[in-house]
Order: sequence, then C-alpha cells, then structure tokens
Amino acid sequence: MRNSIKVRVQTEDFCIADEIDALEKDNNQDGATVTFCGRVRQKNLGEEVSSLFLEHYPGMTEKAINEIIVQAKAQWDINRITVIHRVGELTVGEQIVFVGVTSPHRIDAYAANEFIMDFLKVKAPFWKKELTEQGEKWLDAKESDENKAAEWDS
Amino acid sequence: MIKVVFFASLREQLSCSELSLPQESITNIEQLKQKLIADNPQWQSDLESGTLLYAINQTMVDEQHTVISGDEVAIFPPVTGG
Repeated sequence: MRNSIKVRVQTEDFCIADEIDALEKDNNQDGATVTFCGRVRQKNLGEEVSSLFLEHYPGMTEKAINEIIVQAKAQWDINRITVIHRVGELTVGEQIVFVGVTSPHRIDAYAANEFIMDFLKVKAPFWKKELTEQGEKWLDAKESDENKAAEWDS
Repeated sequence: MIKVVFFASLREQLSCSELSLPQESITNIEQLKQKLIADNPQWQSDLESGTLLYAINQTMVDEQHTVISGDEVAIFPPVTGG
C-alpha cells in the first residue's frame, strides 16, 4: 500500500523491527524512515519507579491520534505512519510508545515524527500513574510539554 | 440525558467513573459542572480545579462549549501519555 496509517492502543508489547519492516516493505518511494520509541525510565523526579499504570479513554484515544496524524500529513510529505501506545501496567525498561514515519526525504520524516510525539503528549487522553516505594501517584502534566507543542504554532 | 465520564486522578477523587443526568437547563459544560456540584457538594474543589480538560463526543472542547441531550461529556486532568 502506498500510504498507510496504523494506530494501535494495546496492552501487549510491540517489536520495533517488525514495525520498521511494515513501514518499509514494498515501499520504494520513501528513502527515509524515522522512528521514536519511548520506554519506562527508572528515575522520575528523583524517585525510583517500579512500574507505571497507563489509563486511557477508549475511543477518544484513537480519534485524537488520528487527528494528529491528519495534521502532520497536511504539513509534510509523509506516506506511512504507525503509532502504537501501550496501556495497563508497565515495568521499568518496557516500551510504552512507538511512532514511525516514512517519507521520500529525511527532513519531512524527522519533523513529522517529532510533531506527532509532541502533540500525542498534550492531546491524546492517556494518564500515567507511577508506582514507587513511596506509594502510587498520578503524574502531573509538564508545562515543558505544553510549551514544546505550542512551538509548532509559532 | 447527558452522559458524563471522568478519568484518572479526577475519577479517583470523585469515586465516580460515569453518570447520567437530564439535560434540563444545562446548555454548556460550565453549567453541567455547576449542576454536578449542586448534586454533589463534596466534588466542588475537584471540579473547580482550573486545569481540567473537557471533551464532548470524544473531541476536546472548552468549558463554554454547548452540550445537548445525547452527548457524552468527558472531564479529565491534563494528559500525561507518551
């Protein structure tokens, strides 16, 4: 398929190599593939994290991600886009999110990938609860994420 | 009827994930919140937190957005995915 958009919200892990294969298979129009993968890190705000719980708003989540992709496609020459976001309980080191974008050229692929991640952070209805030795707590949204997304408008 | 859903920390603070209420005089989200607070005074401080976000039928909107019968209104804290 020349263009394809894949959006998945799932509890299962994903394989980055398989996702890259799917982006590149029979795709000789695109010379650039840019991928991002986010994982659960061990320390957040100085506290040891043992695991995260990710909640989402089923239905709206997929819709919000698709809207972000539509905006990215309107701005850059990109063809295949894959966004995978996991939900449920995730332990340190596990993969949380994958964004992969293909384009004839790298500049569009880099920019669109970053744009999708920046807006996913502030527009897609996911919430992280952190489980640490001190107990559990919902993470606060970061102003830096809002500012990063706002930069695309300027 | 209007369906109202809550998520994440707000859902836990309210001990409520969803409810339904008749539209009556509710025309926007701000009025919907005032009705929720009138019915559940203990929710006042959580629902008046200035940082809450709103969606109607799964699209983000602001507090002044019109609400009609049959809408699903979601109220939630700022998102933290990625």
